[in-house]
Amino acid sequence: MPQAPTAPVQHPEVHEIRGADGACTVELTGAWDIRALEARARNLQLRLSEAARAGVRWDLSRVQRMDHIGALLIWRAWARRRPTQLAFAPGIEVFFDKFDAPGVGAQAQSAADMLALVRMLGARMLRGLDHAAGMVQLLGQVLIDSMALLRRPARGPWREISANLYRVGAQAMGVTALVGMLIGIVLSYLSSEQLKAVGANALIVNILGIGIIRELGPVITAVLVAGRSGSSITAQLGVMRVTEELDALSVMGIPHTVRLILPKIIALAIALPLLILWTSGIALVGGSIAASHELGISMHSFLSSLPVAVPTINLWLGLGKGVVFGALIALTACHYGLRVQPNTESLGIGTTNSVVTSITVVIIADAIFAVMFADVGISLQ
Amino acid sequence: MTPIIEVEGLWTQFGDHVVHKDLNLTVQAGEVVSLVGGSGSGKTTLMRQMLGLEQPARGSVRVFGIPLHDSDSGTLKKIRKRWGVLFQGGALYSALSVYDNIALPLRELRAFDDDFVHDMVMLKLDMVDIERSHAHKMPSDLSGGMVKRIALARALALEPELIFLDEPTAGLDPDRSESFVKLIQSLRHKLNLTVIIVTHDLDTLVSLSDKIAVLADQRVIVYGSLQEAITVKHPFVINFFLGERGLRALSAVGESIKLNQT
Repeated sequence: MPQAPTAPVQHPEVHEIRGADGACTVELTGAWDIRALEARARNLQLRLSEAARAGVRWDLSRVQRMDHIGALLIWRAWARRRPTQLAFAPGIEVFFDKFDAPGVGAQAQSAADMLALVRMLGARMLRGLDHAAGMVQLLGQVLIDSMALLRRPARGPWREISANLYRVGAQAMGVTALVGMLIGIVLSYLSSEQLKAVGANALIVNILGIGIIRELGPVITAVLVAGRSGSSITAQLGVMRVTEELDALSVMGIPHTVRLILPKIIALAIALPLLILWTSGIALVGGSIAASHELGISMHSFLSSLPVAVPTINLWLGLGKGVVFGALIALTACHYGLRVQPNTESLGIGTTNSVVTSITVVIIADAIFAVMFADVGISLQ
Repeated sequence: MTPIIEVEGLWTQFGDHVVHKDLNLTVQAGEVVSLVGGSGSGKTTLMRQMLGLEQPARGSVRVFGIPLHDSDSGTLKKIRKRWGVLFQGGALYSALSVYDNIALPLRELRAFDDDFVHDMVMLKLDMVDIERSHAHKMPSDLSGGMVKRIALARALALEPELIFLDEPTAGLDPDRSESFVKLIQSLRHKLNLTVIIVTHDLDTLVSLSDKIAVLADQRVIVYGSLQEAITVKHPFVINFFLGERGLRALSAVGESIKLNQT
């Protein structure tokens, strides 16, 4: 960048000078670099295009600094052609060199797609089917791998299973307890208000017992775990895809279904029923506290009438749901994790889709359970 | 004239492990300075401190005469528009196309319209010898060499005065790394850049640098021309420059450098 070392750097200016012979000269002075232009670009662009008329002389010999940004600004004013009469300051011509090559400014525009909407709908449906097929495939692979594992149980990924169990199970106890407690209290409070009105105070045990043990406990816990562990599983596998760790496992001959996916599925299938037991228990405690407060049913009598009001089969049903929900969440999360493309945006989309899908899958599965076990364990005694 | 970069009395510590101990380094305008040193000698850390990405335990780093570590965010923002960085892996934004990657810093200025940005991006692609047809590809579809070139185009987008290159030729085949070195050389003369290079590659080092700073023993043990650097009797220097590979790279530069092996 040529510059007089003594003269202070001046702002870029456009001067129009009418010579004695009537010819017009446009003189540019000051610094035409990004630092100076940043704030003045629009203004100067206007001034330049006003000054740019056919046949004017351009004098750039008093330009103090120049860079490509400044050069481009001037080049555009010249309508992308060098004017015939032109003087440069030493050393700034180099910035115009690249422009003389043809093609600067050639815009590549893709034509508007008329069928975009139809195309999008179709693509979405196909993608949905593709995901379903992928998940079935993954499940199949995991089942085949676990068959092999059954034959040689010593080679199983027990360490990974235990680590996952701790992460998805033990570490989730705090948040599930808090949510369970609050749900129990709120549900009990609202129900007691209604029951008081009809004088059926004792039914609070049935409502809370059936509601929490059979339905709310499993679903609420599954939703929490899907949000908490599902997203982390997807993100973890996704990052491993981005950093090529998955490929590194494959080339070592370690199938990632055994090392990564199977442990997660097993761990969640074990941890979720236990978490459901824990959450339902806490929710019932919360419910009984609110009931003793609202209806005067003591905690002792609440807990002792619970086994009578709620058949034990409901507990097993809740735990069974837990096993299925856990496996479904892990499977969905792993599926989306493996589908992550090696870029950051795909990682974000994959994680979101994973959580949304696993919650949806859990609720669909819950509905199926409700239909299948419609006559089990809810007859009033 | 104020030096472009001034590092004074810099200490870096990770726990008990001291990486830099009272390190000093000054880079003048227009110089190409290479930082070399063994693994763990803190080359990359030093560069990150020059970029203000990491805070030294003690000492100061001044860039363009402005202290990096106790300036307000407005001043820092101004400094950051005056330098460009080529990260080792390119660090292209993987969610954006090549075009958007290069256009991002220009758009961020909010001073130029889309048409102008388009012309500028195409110009930068020309400068780094990338065909314009690649502009709408995603970074994941590109080869390593192209990623480096495009990352360089992005680093040059704001016409920086100072440019940092972290292992510019690592991961490129010899042919590509040579053309990349040539590219940097030509741009450097054309744009009058000050360049800081962190490298392991002797060929890059020999062909690009005006000055070499050798980091060892938690400080800069030599800072001078290649000739000065290789005359120092330090185990790292002897291993690095006067090993078999080093001699081969040095002999390629020709007679101008006299080796005094003993």
